[in-house]
Amino acid sequence: MFTEKTIDTETQCYHCGDELPSKPYFFDDRQFCCLGCQGVYKILSDNNLCNYYIYNDVPGQTQKHPVGHFEYLDEPSIMADLVDYMDEKNTVITLFIPAIHCSSCIWLLENLHKINPAVRQSRIDFLKKTVKITFKNQDVSLRKVVEMLVSIGYEPLISLQDVVKKQQSDRSERNLVAKIAVAGFCFGNVMLLSFPDYFGLSRMENEFRTFFGWLNIAFCIPVTFYSGRDYFISAYTNLKNKVLNLDFPLALGITVMFMRTLAEIITGTGAGFADTLCGLIFFLLIGKWMQQRTYHHLSFERDYRSYFPVAVTIIKNGETSSLPLGELKQGHRILIRSNEIIPADAILLKGEAEIDFSFVTGESIPVTKTLGEIVYAGGRQLGSAIELEVIKPVSQSYLTSLWNNEAFFSEKDRIKTFSDTASKYFSIALLLIAGGAGAYWMFTGEAEKAIASFTAVLIIACPCALALSSPFTLAAVLSILDKNKFYLKSTAVVEELARIDTFVFDKTGTITNPEATGITFKGNITAAQKQLVNDLAANSGHPLSRELVQLLNIKKCYPTVDYTEKIGRGISGRINGIEVKLGSSAFIGLPLINSPMNSAVHVMINGEYLGHFLFEQQWRKGFKDLIFKLSKWADLHLLSGDQDHDKHTLIPFFPSAQQMRFQQTPQHKLEYIKALQQRHKKIMMLGDGLNDAGALRQSNVGVAVTDNINNFSPDCDAILDGAAFHKLPMFIRQAKDAVTVIHLSFAISLAYNALGLYFAVQGILSPLFAAVLMPLSTVTIILFTSIAIRLYARKNKLL
Amino acid sequence: MNMIYFLIGCSIVLALIFLAAFFWASKTGQHDDTYTPAVRILFEDEPTPENHAKSDENHV
Repeated sequence: MFTEKTIDTETQCYHCGDELPSKPYFFDDRQFCCLGCQGVYKILSDNNLCNYYIYNDVPGQTQKHPVGHFEYLDEPSIMADLVDYMDEKNTVITLFIPAIHCSSCIWLLENLHKINPAVRQSRIDFLKKTVKITFKNQDVSLRKVVEMLVSIGYEPLISLQDVVKKQQSDRSERNLVAKIAVAGFCFGNVMLLSFPDYFGLSRMENEFRTFFGWLNIAFCIPVTFYSGRDYFISAYTNLKNKVLNLDFPLALGITVMFMRTLAEIITGTGAGFADTLCGLIFFLLIGKWMQQRTYHHLSFERDYRSYFPVAVTIIKNGETSSLPLGELKQGHRILIRSNEIIPADAILLKGEAEIDFSFVTGESIPVTKTLGEIVYAGGRQLGSAIELEVIKPVSQSYLTSLWNNEAFFSEKDRIKTFSDTASKYFSIALLLIAGGAGAYWMFTGEAEKAIASFTAVLIIACPCALALSSPFTLAAVLSILDKNKFYLKSTAVVEELARIDTFVFDKTGTITNPEATGITFKGNITAAQKQLVNDLAANSGHPLSRELVQLLNIKKCYPTVDYTEKIGRGISGRINGIEVKLGSSAFIGLPLINSPMNSAVHVMINGEYLGHFLFEQQWRKGFKDLIFKLSKWADLHLLSGDQDHDKHTLIPFFPSAQQMRFQQTPQHKLEYIKALQQRHKKIMMLGDGLNDAGALRQSNVGVAVTDNINNFSPDCDAILDGAAFHKLPMFIRQAKDAVTVIHLSFAISLAYNALGLYFAVQGILSPLFAAVLMPLSTVTIILFTSIAIRLYARKNKLL
Repeated sequence: MNMIYFLIGCSIVLALIFLAAFFWASKTGQHDDTYTPAVRILFEDEPTPENHAKSDENHV
């Protein structure tokens, strides 16, 4: 059974399943795409862990990405913040590993002790993508454990910010589950004890009635005062703030039911509404739980701190050591290695800085800095290691000062949801009807009936079905969007989505696909010459060279001699005695005749100019179609931090030139959104980088577009997987349909309420009737909303 | 009929025990991860081909 392979393993890397290069790596008769994958296989086979490959085909992750440094994990102060528990013998730590994706991952990571016996235990939480490792700290250090994980291809994502939040949210959810458990337990028991009364007790059994009644009271007390406590608190605070929401009639209904149950049972006049009360709170809490369910593996509230490293390497008296990011001060000399992020504004002291600011400014082309120049925080160093001196603390750098904007201190003021608005009128109408019925019977002189009808109205109209229609509808939408790779932060975002009338796009990484770049050659080039270009470019670490090699996709054949690289300008060398030059037009020695709009690489072989390679940003799949669909009913804007070299290609998409802005700073973007909002636009901002963080925060719905949902994405309301980018109009359609479903289910529950009120105002409401009506209306609403949402989703082609 | 009092008492005590068990499970984090244990239980100790052959032999 285990030997059956469903896919063609001949052309795939045995470890990660990537396509094999023209000359694959061989080991143990297996083929690998890179040394990284081969290395992981070797470690696993040395430790007799090859079953990893038995549970799933190609379970590994590609090892082509560069790996970080973990020296800082030796620092006791950093370690203390990260670990869950530590004593003289053992350390327990929970690490977040985005690469966890299949059962092989679980198997391997729970067998870590076979690789290093100092690991006592490792447990995976698959849905949260975390592993909890207990290890003997005498025998192995935290750094060694993390490096072992990296060596087998499971690099943990270490960030101080996420740890704290996770524990808090866990506690509140557990609390709610406990309340549901108590309510459910009491509901079941009260139902059993109430049945005899409904079916009628013979005179002989009458003594049981009081006994059952008292037991019912006993069950109602924990339900009312423990499970239902939040409704009283919420109603009280809302009243104090002069807001009428659904919690007020709910709290009122609960109070009246409890009092009347108490009164009827003590005086022996009736059975009370104990079962309705317990059922109501039980269903309400389930609705609340549905609404609160969140994605454990996604974080929507990240700021720059989780993008920055946990620690930086500082140089003091010629020695390097790690320092927690928070302690980094002005005047520190820091070492930034290749592919590390610059954590604070600093002056370049040593080395050749070539920095990718695409995530910070949206600028797609790396920037070269010379000695003595200021390098702003947030850039990623692409070249070799550099040394810098910090001139501003982390929190006050050019980039992070964005987070000092007021937009980040105030809660987003949401427009009132439909249920908020409706419940205000509902509460007022309810009080009027109850008061009216009571006053009528009082007037006719039947005081007993007056009290009965007044309380009955409050009981029967208790808006349980009403309170459940929103959470159940929205939760159903959330799970449908989730299946389509659109992850919303909370259910409230759905209603906000339905109101959107303006879309603002960021350019780099949002509407362009960061992975796929197109390449064209202007001029004539032979296959042999392409080979030469490829072999030369393979020597360089410059992103354009790397991209060129990747796109040419030919095997390197010849070695290069006399290789020189002028940072930011070009590369040259001799291959097989032929002189090859690649680079900017100035580097090649061309007059600046027609400087192309996009970044170009010019080619000169043996002194003869052949032409240039043009890199073109490629729009995400379906972008044109998306713009066409949206432009029919919405306003479209573009905000880019980049230079305007793509402007001419974008003009057909965005109706007027005023709606396209280039060279926008993060602050500009935020202001632009604010200005649009002052014209009463409901804005959806789509962005990907830190420079969009302010705009994402300010907009009505901020959507972070990403190709890997586990990567860092800025603070937002929703995360959209790049693969689902073209489905955006369908998502908006679905949100609008969801609002329709909410309206319809409000109508249904109001109809049930009207039916109950007919009996209630006459003062003839029997407990049995209430006990049947309440669950019946609830079940109707749950069925209606979930079926309707699925039907709409099918119509919108989301299912 | 007084037996009813006793029976109801028993049933409630029993139900309370289950409720307590649920609380204990929730407190010790048994509901935190509802997916991984289902996968974990399917792993054999050493699912090597030799092992498989041996276990088959025993059945024959």
